[in-house]
Amino acid sequence: MDVSFVNPFIKALIDTFKTMLSTDTIPGKPQVKSGNKPTHDISGIIGLSGEAQGAIAISFPKIVALKVVSAMLGSSIKIIGPEIVDGIGEIANIVAGRAKQGLSQYKLTISLPNVIVGQNHAISPPSGIRAIIVPFDSSLGNFVMEISLKTK
Amino acid sequence: MRILLVDDSATMRRIQKTQISNLGISDILEATDGEEALIVLKENMPIDIILLDWNMPVMDGMTFLKKVRSVAAYNDVKVVMCTSESEKSRVIEAMKEGVNNYIIKPFTPDSLKEKLGL
Ligand SMILES: [Mg+2]
Repeated sequence: MDVSFVNPFIKALIDTFKTMLSTDTIPGKPQVKSGNKPTHDISGIIGLSGEAQGAIAISFPKIVALKVVSAMLGSSIKIIGPEIVDGIGEIANIVAGRAKQGLSQYKLTISLPNVIVGQNHAISPPSGIRAIIVPFDSSLGNFVMEISLKTK
Repeated sequence: MRILLVDDSATMRRIQKTQISNLGISDILEATDGEEALIVLKENMPIDIILLDWNMPVMDGMTFLKKVRSVAAYNDVKVVMCTSESEKSRVIEAMKEGVNNYIIKPFTPDSLKEKLGL
């Protein structure tokens, strides 16, 4: 399976955290997702369409989501509410849009963000498309990006 | 100097507002989509700069831009796109429709200042 399409997303995520959160992130090894693992507390999801179809989800444990949006805003957010939902959605939007620069052959259109809040939820890729999971380490905590992209 | 921020993300508007306030500008208006922005624009002229997101619900930034550029009274309003849309083709499309500058998210305070010409 060719997973080179994940690289622009990884680069976009690293750039986004560095530029907007002053935080270094270290990607782990991309893996093909199997089954309903991993699970998360909050996920920002962007649909991808055009010459390829799929989605990108960036998913966090609750405590990490709070730290991430607090770092982005420069002020401490303590509860999962509208600010966290909006912040996580915008991070997903920035990463997806930025990644398109490296995927211009697919002429991708990105959807508006969807944010899922709920303890231990799993992300299902669009049907018939396999997802690649990329774990990330950062000083704010660990989180995961799941990318699925099917070329025509 | 009066600036209108148009972005569906409250987080993004807050970041932009903080960075612009830090440059000593306090006359900052906000709208969450193109439709709301048209109303805010009409009611608050003169506005010097519009910082405009592309992907928004209700009315997106490109639709808003075309409407603004079709009104002579808004000829002097600078429009700076601020979006995650990163492909060259998008930048060219926006330039063709009359944006004055283009910022790709994520951005630093310095690049925002420079692209706004402040
Ligand atoms: Mg937006």
